Amino acid sequence: MEKSIEVHNLTVSYHSKPVLWDVDFSLPMGKIIGIVGPNGSGKTTMLKTIMGLMKPDSGYTEIFGQPLDKVRSRVSYVPQRESVDWDFPADVMDVVLMGRYRKNNLFRRISKDDKRIATEALEKVNLLEFAHRQISQLSGGQQQRVFIARSLAQQADIYLMDEPFVGVDAATEDAILQLLQEMKNQGKTVVIVHHDLQTANEYFDHIVLLNTRLVAAGPKNEVFTKDLLQEAYGGRLTVLSKLGDLISTEEFPLREPEFKENKPDKE
Amino acid sequence: MDPVFLKVLVGTTLLAASSSVVGAFSYLKGQSLIGDAIAHALLPGVVLAFILGGIRNSSLLIFGALISGLLAHYGIGYIENKTKLKNDTAVSLVLSTFFGFGIMLMSYIQRTGIGQQAGLERFLLGKAAAITMQDIYIFTVLALLLIIGVGLFYKGFQLMTFNEDFAQAIGLPMPLIRCAFTVLTVLAITIGIQTVGVVLMAALLITPSATARVWTNSLPSMLVLTASFAGVAAVLGTYISSALSKMPTGPWVVLVMAFFGFSSLLFAPKRGWFSKQKQANANQRKTIRENVLKLLFQQEEHRGLPIVLSVDEIQRKRVIRLDRLTSALKELKKRLLIIDYGGCYGLTELGRSEGRRVVRLHRLWELYLTERLGMAADHIHPQAETMEHVITPEIEELLVKELGNPEVDPHKSPIPYEED
Repeated sequence: MEKSIEVHNLTVSYHSKPVLWDVDFSLPMGKIIGIVGPNGSGKTTMLKTIMGLMKPDSGYTEIFGQPLDKVRSRVSYVPQRESVDWDFPADVMDVVLMGRYRKNNLFRRISKDDKRIATEALEKVNLLEFAHRQISQLSGGQQQRVFIARSLAQQADIYLMDEPFVGVDAATEDAILQLLQEMKNQGKTVVIVHHDLQTANEYFDHIVLLNTRLVAAGPKNEVFTKDLLQEAYGGRLTVLSKLGDLISTEEFPLREPEFKENKPDKE
Repeated sequence: MDPVFLKVLVGTTLLAASSSVVGAFSYLKGQSLIGDAIAHALLPGVVLAFILGGIRNSSLLIFGALISGLLAHYGIGYIENKTKLKNDTAVSLVLSTFFGFGIMLMSYIQRTGIGQQAGLERFLLGKAAAITMQDIYIFTVLALLLIIGVGLFYKGFQLMTFNEDFAQAIGLPMPLIRCAFTVLTVLAITIGIQTVGVVLMAALLITPSATARVWTNSLPSMLVLTASFAGVAAVLGTYISSALSKMPTGPWVVLVMAFFGFSSLLFAPKRGWFSKQKQANANQRKTIRENVLKLLFQQEEHRGLPIVLSVDEIQRKRVIRLDRLTSALKELKKRLLIIDYGGCYGLTELGRSEGRRVVRLHRLWELYLTERLGMAADHIHPQAETMEHVITPEIEELLVKELGNPEVDPHKSPIPYEED
């Protein structure tokens, strides 16, 4: 089976406090995949590291068997809705068009093609009539759909979404779920960070259970067992978190990043 | 026109308009005070340029300031990344260190006598009157540079201020964009302090953009408005200061800008204080009108036949200030919702339907509160009194659907639907 994302012995820390310890898994292609875990379990950090927004202390990640920089145009990222200021002077179309920005068109004007693609993306999330609405006047669910439209406009093969179901209405939830199925049918891979256990089982085909370290990864019927869920959600891992505090206050180096350099060359 | 005055006018306007456009992005990034910090941090660079090149060497002066400003900017970033200090602490640390060092250099050259005319004053408060023809050429080039820079990097700056993570995720060259932004900001401040000086630089960078933001929701028009506000303020400020003897230009420019800013906050459509007040008043009047219709409808419902009520009778049933009630009745008559039978008022068919709608919303909301939010039936009335005036037809439709076309409210009163 071909792999969409591979994560190799990844350790990442935030303000020199480790939030992911030695996490190692790989994800299949063409599936809807959930990264699931309680609050503060390192889910967002996982996504940000895959997207190159955070530097790992050790380990590395690959997408389609290659480093991110080589496949960037095939990867799309949907940040958490709350991570931006929605009072920014822009309308819905402006934001969706950002999905068409590229390194090689940074200094060029937005093209007709870009506009067409953005319009199609808006249509897919049922927001076409809101194209010229100021973004601060949208509901939470509509803002989430704007972000998803922006990501669709990237026309990627794999989509990484950070908590897209948080604070959205039922209509948006349905719209997103339907969209995910369509994307899957077109052979796209979708990876979603999600904290809610109740819905995780129905949304995803494949699940990564995370709680600072990897609890389990695999098809959902293998991962969604009582024991594993208890392991992921059952209280803090005392030793691990104590050690984490120690490392952050005493300035220990976590591990040398040489691990990445030593990685065998695939070409 | 007086050539000296004309020089000052052109120079000031160019500087204000171009540097404020760069400031717009600092404002949107929520880094309004960075401008102030960097402006102070330019001092050592400026003084060193004096020592090396004398007072009349504008380009060397700008170069010195630029270097000093860039060092300060990267210093702030470095401290933030490498220590646990927060941004505001890092900013004030760098500001005070650079400024202190600058003052020290300044007192040294003043003692030796080279810097007498240059003086701290020009740096602190700006000295537009000293602008020379050579300055004008340099300013024109710099102003063009700023405008072209912002135009060229428009997409990059837009995405950097709105959603930097996304910009990085799609592979935009963030180090280049950040560096361009820093250089343009420092350049804007460097040329800005020539007119208004360090102390007022933050105003030049931020006030025009804050003013423009109130008037528009689109970034391109905000940038154009920012430059226009700054330009007009510069022209007016220059005129005022030249009309009054011995008045400095910079402070006047800033005061005119502040005037624009505060009046915009008060008068702008939608976001302004007055229009919000107006909206609130309109809502209050609507609430009173709807309450009158509701009252008449409930009386009819109670008795089972159309009735009329006098002003006194209405006031006995519901406390409404007389002047407000009178104007509400007048408006209702005009809208053909009630008929005046010589001091007594009755509903028209249109008014009855409107009254029915308000009563329906009230009861639907009460039902929603008890059924969905589990509130006790004796606690829900005040809430519903407000919500009946807020709920839109779309929300009403949702309510009816979610409650499954209910017949009665929690107090067993029927929910009145339109009859057709």
